[in-house]
Amino acid sequence: MDVTNYVVLAAVLFAIGATTVLLRRNAIVVFMGVELMLNATNLAFVTFARMHGDLTGQVLAFFVMVVAAAEVVVGLAIIVTIFRTRRSASVDDVNLLRG
Amino acid sequence: MNDVIGLAPWLVGFPLIGAAVLLLGGRATDRWGHWLGVAASAASAVVAFILMFRMIGTPPEERAVDHGLWTWLSAGGLDVDLGLRLDPLSLTFVMLVTFVGTLIHVYSVAYMDHDVDRRRFFAYLNLFVAAMLTLVLADSYLLLFVGWEGVGVASYLLIGFWDTGRPSARENAVAAKKAFVMNRVGDMGLIAAMAILFATVGSVSFADVLPAAGGLSETTATAVGLCLLLAACGKSAQFPLQAWLGDAMAGPTPVSALIHAATMVTAGVYLMVRSGPILEAAPTAQLVVVVVGAVTLLFGAVVGTAKDDIKKALAASTMSQIGYMMLAAGLGPAGYAFAIFHLLTHGFFKAGLFLGAGSVMHAMGDQTDMRRFGGLSRFLPITWITMGLGWLAILGIPPFSGFWSKDGIIEAAFVPVDGQPWRAWVFGSVAVLGAAITAFYMTRLFFMTFGGRRPRWTENQHPHEGSPLMWWPLVFLGVGSAALGAVLGIGGTFTTWLEPVVGHAEHHEPVLPVPAIITVTLVLVVLGAALAFRMYAVALVPEEAPRGSFLTRAARKDLYQDAANETLVVLPAHGVARLVQVGDRDVVDRGWGVLPLAVSWFGAMFRKAQTGYVRSYAAGMAGGVLVIAVVAWLVIQLGGGLGGAQ
Repeated sequence: MDVTNYVVLAAVLFAIGATTVLLRRNAIVVFMGVELMLNATNLAFVTFARMHGDLTGQVLAFFVMVVAAAEVVVGLAIIVTIFRTRRSASVDDVNLLRG
Repeated sequence: MNDVIGLAPWLVGFPLIGAAVLLLGGRATDRWGHWLGVAASAASAVVAFILMFRMIGTPPEERAVDHGLWTWLSAGGLDVDLGLRLDPLSLTFVMLVTFVGTLIHVYSVAYMDHDVDRRRFFAYLNLFVAAMLTLVLADSYLLLFVGWEGVGVASYLLIGFWDTGRPSARENAVAAKKAFVMNRVGDMGLIAAMAILFATVGSVSFADVLPAAGGLSETTATAVGLCLLLAACGKSAQFPLQAWLGDAMAGPTPVSALIHAATMVTAGVYLMVRSGPILEAAPTAQLVVVVVGAVTLLFGAVVGTAKDDIKKALAASTMSQIGYMMLAAGLGPAGYAFAIFHLLTHGFFKAGLFLGAGSVMHAMGDQTDMRRFGGLSRFLPITWITMGLGWLAILGIPPFSGFWSKDGIIEAAFVPVDGQPWRAWVFGSVAVLGAAITAFYMTRLFFMTFGGRRPRWTENQHPHEGSPLMWWPLVFLGVGSAALGAVLGIGGTFTTWLEPVVGHAEHHEPVLPVPAIITVTLVLVVLGAALAFRMYAVALVPEEAPRGSFLTRAARKDLYQDAANETLVVLPAHGVARLVQVGDRDVVDRGWGVLPLAVSWFGAMFRKAQTGYVRSYAAGMAGGVLVIAVVAWLVIQLGGGLGGAQ
């Protein structure tokens, strides 16, 4: 199967994730967008690793997963805390830190 | 000599302890404080007499003794040992300061009787005596400087002594500040001289510096000499730093007698004579010293002729007489002895004249205007006679003491220096002319006060002689004015006494024969005195000062010295200060003010990007990455194209 298809799929997934992050207001959904972008990247890593016959890409994909897991822990904790104090999970309500 | 040298520190110690007790003791010492002050000064005088007699009994070549006390500073290459130098020169000063000082202390007990702050007055007087003795006994320029500043402080405190509760309080305080500030200008010279000496000789003690003076380059010696002269001008009220002395008369009269006539103002002459070897290595500096002396002696004399305030006339006279001493000090070893001799006799007769003036003021209810005196000889006989002796002495009438010293200076001024007869003629004539003017203004002062057919007193005046505490010092000083010159002058006793310090003076012939000089001087002095007698004793003296000629009006205003200082120094200094102030505010402050303005403007611009919306930051990042990706792609494409072209 042509490698290009995998790369295109990864690009499409990344674009969907990025659009989600940019357009949605719910923090949880934004978070899902971030996860989607990370996994699109993982797909690209694995694809190129396969293409070049080199394991570096696969190792990096593992790293991304670990970092994503840590990020989920911290990120969800922040979202929960914000929700508890402000009764809202909208990222636009958290705009106190501005010029 | 060495068995009594241990007493020397007590010369300074007694008055210093006196001042400390009186100042720290406060009101508790009010009742007996003045007697403690007198005792401290008298104790110093006793020590001075003991040292004096021991020194007379010592062979001349062993008379100079350096008495080291302790190491004062040890910093790198600079080691200053604190010590006292006793030699005929310093001991002459010690005798003058302690003896005249004690007489003035005694006089002040009565003069300041009604002053609530009499104890404080005596504390300051003792402080002054201690500082002055430190000055003359110091064995290094640095310790001399300590005394130099000490007398400056004491002088400041005493000029402004009456700085509260009097109509003239403000003026007195201003006079004190004026004296202090003008003295600082001179002090700068002394500091600079010490710095130059340390840089070239590597020491500031007399024992190292003075023998090395001959080895200095002429430029260095001239620089040091001129710096020292600046210092002397400040302290001794010599032109161009003379303006403070007249105002210094704001202090109580005993202060004027002790500090601003007999002792402190002569410190400059002491400095010149002490630094003789340095001046001798710098003929230019010597010439400047002589010129300063000559200018001041005429300046003071001219001012003295027009002053109606008895103390200010005497102050002008002091300035003029110190001008004589300066002139002599610039003439080399031939002049040194006469400079100090005149300083000594002047110390006696001027202190006597000032204390006499104080006695007159005491009798006339603090009136100082001589136009409101007149005919006082019948009411104040002791003051009249003692001031008369001082008057004859300052005129230089033989055999009174001023004759022996002033005549010596005039003769020395007539001796050509370096084979230049013009100098002899110029400075000799100035000295003789000064003597004639001196005769005029002193006779004027004397007859305006004591003579005249008609008293010009204000109402309710009952002049009377003060207590014996006031007139006994007058008697002592009067006797000194009459006899001291002859005792020390005949046969050159005093010159021989100072020889171990100032060196032997080669005898040179003046351009005129000596008897001719004496005759001319005396004739002019008698003429000046006769003119004044005609104008102020025979003719009636108006109670209001007449408008007078242009010169009289100028002399009344001290030859516009204050206006000159105001225009030449104060206004430019104010101008520079204003310029700096405005420059600092409008140029420097505003200039640097632009920087924070720019930063905050720049910040305000970028602040708009901080919306607080996470989405917009994410969009920024995404956009940025996109831009970087496009640029990178373009670079690769173009780079590849270029690479292909090559």
